[in-house]
Amino acid sequence: MWTWFYKLASPPYVYGAAAALAPWFLGLAAITISYGLVAGLAFAPPDYQQGDAFRIIYVHAPSAWMSLFAYTSMAVAGAIALIWRIKMGHAVAAASAPIGASFTVLALFTGSLWGRPMWGTYWAWDPRLTSELILLFLYVGVMSLRSAFEDPARGDRAAALLAIVGLVNVPIIHYSVLWWNSLHQGATVAKLGKPSMPGSMLWPLLSMLLGFMLFYGAVLCMRLQGEVLNRERQAKWVREAIKS
Amino acid sequence: MSNGFWSMGGYAGYVWPCFLFACVVLAWNLWAARRYHAAARMRAARALLMAAGDAS
Repeated sequence: MWTWFYKLASPPYVYGAAAALAPWFLGLAAITISYGLVAGLAFAPPDYQQGDAFRIIYVHAPSAWMSLFAYTSMAVAGAIALIWRIKMGHAVAAASAPIGASFTVLALFTGSLWGRPMWGTYWAWDPRLTSELILLFLYVGVMSLRSAFEDPARGDRAAALLAIVGLVNVPIIHYSVLWWNSLHQGATVAKLGKPSMPGSMLWPLLSMLLGFMLFYGAVLCMRLQGEVLNRERQAKWVREAIKS
Repeated sequence: MSNGFWSMGGYAGYVWPCFLFACVVLAWNLWAARRYHAAARMRAARALLMAAGDAS
């Protein structure tokens, strides 16, 4: 039963799997994002309060979700690497960090542009916005810490520890709109069984979310191949991999 | 496309920059990942060449 788990410890297996999966993820991401964009921009009706400005949700919400998903993936991969001493966990964590950071920047940028017409300001020290900004600092910290050590193994361990400690920020971001008074609107889709959007608005959003996840998977696979090669460049199997 | 679509009900200045920046971020991710992989391949190839040179 655990064979697949142990396979993930094998660099040539991980390299091969990432190479095989990346084009599939990318192709499916292109389809789902295209549908989400067309349906969200052209066919979804305007919101009765926010008008057409609500369409920012089609890039803002998926990028915000992915910023949390990528961080959680990075911390879990780091924990697996620390607990089971699976080096590939550090490779996954290192590959995930810049992608997650870029989604966080996108979430902050789009949130800021959404906030201006809705709240009258680009930025407020609101719990949701502030905790998302802290997430960006955590990403930058994890990436900086990894490259700050001369010994890459020590850098990997330190970065994994910081990522795990920083995981506490993920539920804070998610529940900040419930725990504190916030300018930010509450959950829209996460209210299972009772989303506060009609289907014509919701389906494009779910499609964009799926598309962003698939895109993350594709880019993660591509970066992971680079990470594995960087870490295993002296190994015999790399010779064959490079020739192909 | 109608004028109303591009004007986004008066919110065009907020909506379109968000989608444009999203495209930039997605494109950067693809470009950077490909570049990172290509650079790693080159470094690995160089390391193999050096190892072969040392052995001969």
